Amino acid sequence: MEPERTADKATAISRKTISGKDAWYPEGQRDGFILRQLVTKDFKLKYRRSVLGVAWSVLNPLMMMIIMAAVFTRLMGRADDSIPNFPLYIIIGNTAFALMSDSTSRGLMSIIEASSLLKKVKINRWVFPVQKVLFSVVNYVFSLVAVIAVMIFFQFAPSLYALYVIPGVFMLAVFCIGLSLLLSCAAVFFRDVIHLWSVFLTAWTYLTPMFYSIKILPEWLQSLERFNPMYLYITYLRDALLMRQAPSIELTLGCAGFAVAMLAIGYLVFRRHESKFILFI
Amino acid sequence: MGEKIQTEDYKNREPIIVADNVTMIFNIASERFNSLKEYFIALMRHELRFKEFRALKNISFNVKRGEAFGLVGTNGSGKSTMLKIIAGVLEPSDGTCTVRGTIAPLIELGAGFDPELTARENIYLNGALLGYRKEFIDEHFDDIVDFAELRDFMDMPLKNYSSGMVARIAFAIATITEPDVLIVDETLSVGDFLFQRKCEKRINELIENDNVTVLLVSHSIDLVERMCDRVAWIEKGDLKMLGPCTEVCEAYKHYRK
Repeated sequence: MEPERTADKATAISRKTISGKDAWYPEGQRDGFILRQLVTKDFKLKYRRSVLGVAWSVLNPLMMMIIMAAVFTRLMGRADDSIPNFPLYIIIGNTAFALMSDSTSRGLMSIIEASSLLKKVKINRWVFPVQKVLFSVVNYVFSLVAVIAVMIFFQFAPSLYALYVIPGVFMLAVFCIGLSLLLSCAAVFFRDVIHLWSVFLTAWTYLTPMFYSIKILPEWLQSLERFNPMYLYITYLRDALLMRQAPSIELTLGCAGFAVAMLAIGYLVFRRHESKFILFI
Repeated sequence: MGEKIQTEDYKNREPIIVADNVTMIFNIASERFNSLKEYFIALMRHELRFKEFRALKNISFNVKRGEAFGLVGTNGSGKSTMLKIIAGVLEPSDGTCTVRGTIAPLIELGAGFDPELTARENIYLNGALLGYRKEFIDEHFDDIVDFAELRDFMDMPLKNYSSGMVARIAFAIATITEPDVLIVDETLSVGDFLFQRKCEKRINELIENDNVTVLLVSHSIDLVERMCDRVAWIEKGDLKMLGPCTEVCEAYKHYRK
């Protein structure tokens, strides 16, 4: 900036004072706009400077599915005759699991990353982990385009039951919000959680029937899968999109139960400790 | 400046910031544990006893509407802790601190700004974090840009900006309207002298309108002397002095540890 211009303007700096009456959202109504801004920010940053941009949200799960289908079809695909389309089986599981693993690993760091802001501005702290989950849900919606592409490729006609995706993703998102609240809080006090969680996610990936059928598992492990929330959510989404049937009552209750319980735990732990965050970040 | 606080009008004004017996205690020992292992070892050995550190001891003061209030003190004296309590991001261990109305702090680079986003995008992000309405930012976007004098750079990522340019944006956003409390800290000191002068002038305008309370925290005692009506001097957690600007600043300048 040339100094001449700065000096020139400096003489005319007096400006009319704008009334502050309508400038602020009332307390409690700010969060919506903040969440929207933060999700937009993350979305822009993810695809800035990339040629294909948002297309990656579609291509990424598609490419993963092609590799996994190529490797596992012979190995696993025939183990369970009830699976009508193995590539579709894989991609539905993968995208749902990616929603959970993405949102929680981002959510985990969200409070630590917002530290300089939290030290200065009074903002509802839960906004940060919740925003990361919302961002992952937006990504998931794009990856559904990939699921549709696979359906078209295999000429697999979905049924009306596909609409069960909406409550399915909603329950999964609530579960992720609870988990992210819990993890983001834990990570503030013990940074070990960051390392531990990536190990945990890897183990969880293999323990969840995503690229294999639950029927190949030993019986004791099969019965334990009932307590694996990710297995429940993926089964729910597969019922809707692949099996073309309504998810059973037990399954729905399981999904809803895990979502509500996780949210309650996450919220309570977060509320109890959030005032101390500032001392540790 | 000093005359302002003698008037009858001033005495009748409503207090905006009320700090009542604010005490802040940090547990030094407990903050050392950054890993689960260390924590559990200490827990097993019953070593979770805390060493107390009193960052603030029974601090009380009022700041009235339209007043320019300075906080001074040497490094580590508790100024920043007091500021955090007023901003509402830190809860005092004891006592209360209430602020009536909206608070606008100056947000520095790395907090409410993202270096990868353009200045335009950052203005919206920052505005949202301060609690502004979207329509309000839409409406006054040009005013903010004009005040920051950065019209030609609006679509450039912020990482290409100098720290002074970022400070301009932060100041322009925080002072676009009249917050009840404007918190001015060292963030401002990175701007060049012309912009600092401009900021001072703007702060003075806000003070003269008698609606905005300005809280100034600075190591530059000259700046505090020029701008403030009253000053609180915090030293080692104690409120050492509270009173008219000239008196407190004079005493502070002659302070020897």
